[in-house]
Amino acid sequence: MKIVVCVKHVPDATAKRSFDAADHTVDRAGVDGLLSELDEYAVEEALTIAAAGDGEVVVLTVGPEQALDAARKSLQMGAHAAVHVVDDAVHGSDAFGTSLVLAKAVEKIGSDTSVDIVLCGMASTDGAMGVVPAMLAERLGLPQVTFAAEVTIDSTKVTARRDGDVATETVEATMPLVLSVTDQINEPRYPSFKGIMAAKKKTVETWSLADLGVDPSEVGLAASWTSVQEVAARPPRSHGEVVTDDGDGGRQLVEYLAGQKLI
Amino acid sequence: MSEILVLVDHVDGAVRKTTTELLTIARRLGEPSAVFVGAGIDAARETLAAYGADKIYILDSDALTDYLVVPQAEALAQLMASASPAAVLVPSTPEAREVAARLAVKTESGLITDAVDVQPGPDGSPLTTQSVFAGGFTVQASVTRGTPIVIVKPNSATPEQTAGAAVEETVDVVVSEGAKTAQVVKREPRTKSGRPELTEAAIVVSGGRGTGGDFSDVEALADALGAAVGASRAAVDSGWYPHSYQVGQTGKTVSPQLYVANGISGAIQHRAGMQTARTIVAVNKDAEAPIFELVDFGVVGDLKQVLPQATEEIARRKG
Repeated sequence: MKIVVCVKHVPDATAKRSFDAADHTVDRAGVDGLLSELDEYAVEEALTIAAAGDGEVVVLTVGPEQALDAARKSLQMGAHAAVHVVDDAVHGSDAFGTSLVLAKAVEKIGSDTSVDIVLCGMASTDGAMGVVPAMLAERLGLPQVTFAAEVTIDSTKVTARRDGDVATETVEATMPLVLSVTDQINEPRYPSFKGIMAAKKKTVETWSLADLGVDPSEVGLAASWTSVQEVAARPPRSHGEVVTDDGDGGRQLVEYLAGQKLI
Repeated sequence: MSEILVLVDHVDGAVRKTTTELLTIARRLGEPSAVFVGAGIDAARETLAAYGADKIYILDSDALTDYLVVPQAEALAQLMASASPAAVLVPSTPEAREVAARLAVKTESGLITDAVDVQPGPDGSPLTTQSVFAGGFTVQASVTRGTPIVIVKPNSATPEQTAGAAVEETVDVVVSEGAKTAQVVKREPRTKSGRPELTEAAIVVSGGRGTGGDFSDVEALADALGAAVGASRAAVDSGWYPHSYQVGQTGKTVSPQLYVANGISGAIQHRAGMQTARTIVAVNKDAEAPIFELVDFGVVGDLKQVLPQATEEIARRKG
């Protein structure tokens, strides 16, 4: 079985994230990045599925040079090989451009032996649109089972539990498919020392848009189907009053709420 | 005026509040047309008309509800082709988001997610506002290609009643066999808590690690305030409260009038889910907890003392 896991290198959420002043894109150079936390669950699930059969896990990432770190972390966790699509023309791509590049790369990865599962996290931790898995499935013409909180695989049948707002659903689909998983599905492993050493010997293929047959005019900021008019930092919340409870804290809290006409 | 499609969010015909918000937004942009998928239109008709739906498209076919996402995206693409709307507004549920994503690729239309406000731009097309990076930035955006498809968050508008003509049109749905790939084989409705729905509630009272696993004080305060109960990721990961109540980056985003955080430190991942609340109040034992940087009012103290006293005081004031 061949599993492709799509992972994203994102700015660290605990660092000071910002936007490029000139073109309103996320500033990826001025801040430390890492493998998007939500993608770790996808890598873990891929490794679990692969271990149960005789599976191969290929990790796929799109982004500038430093995005390779996300792929490398996945290799350290145990993925077998990695593909890094890097091309200046990709800068500023929205979900449409990104899903196009991912789709072409998945097709190329599957050109020798076909891909059975494309695994994704539920969303990135920077853009957080959560729509790339669905767009990727649409572009690949594959079924999608998304936001899975539990997955079982029986031959080519994939059964997943989805916890929705109003109901819990059990969904069935047949491979090949696009599968996205939530942070409820597993506990991602930490790379072991052995894993870190082994990762150094694993193959990382670097592909350009030309390798994928993608016309640079179809991706990037200029090809985006949406346009950001303005970006403004939210003014910091003004510090309110903080009291220390000396036996009257609950009443003081209610007094405040009453003063604000909230009760 | 041009037509604005609003995808109705409902449970067996019971229209959720977010739909009335979307209809209100649609009225700013053009003539609202409600798109009702599934069974239960008899229960929904009155609400849709009261909040200004000029038209109601009814798409009722088992294929649309028995299979995930793809059939709905196909059906909506057909409707977009025949109705030529000026924009499509979609609620921010996981399924609707993905229907919108597929629809956008199918119709080569720009998609905006997580709008917290939508207004007509200079040319009349939607100008959206989003809150990004854990609420640290505000972004204004518009769609530059195709028909704007906008996913709108709950509490993005105050629903306004305006009678709409609500002319009904049943749409014949053609769903391809290829779309019937991911089948919903079982659907178990969630047990109702009797409290307001988390993302729609005007007040949210939530608990974290500091509860030590006992949410009874949090729930009692929530009930005194008529509030929804939320939980931090730490509390959910410890198995103290179900994941569907998690507030934060990997859970729900709430934007209530009042958010009361109890025993929650206020990590960036939690802030991402509640920072846009109008008023924030916190109770925490640790005076250094980052949550106190956000609060309008905070109490440094043991929630097991503070919350019952607050609950009692609210009851006393209500008489």
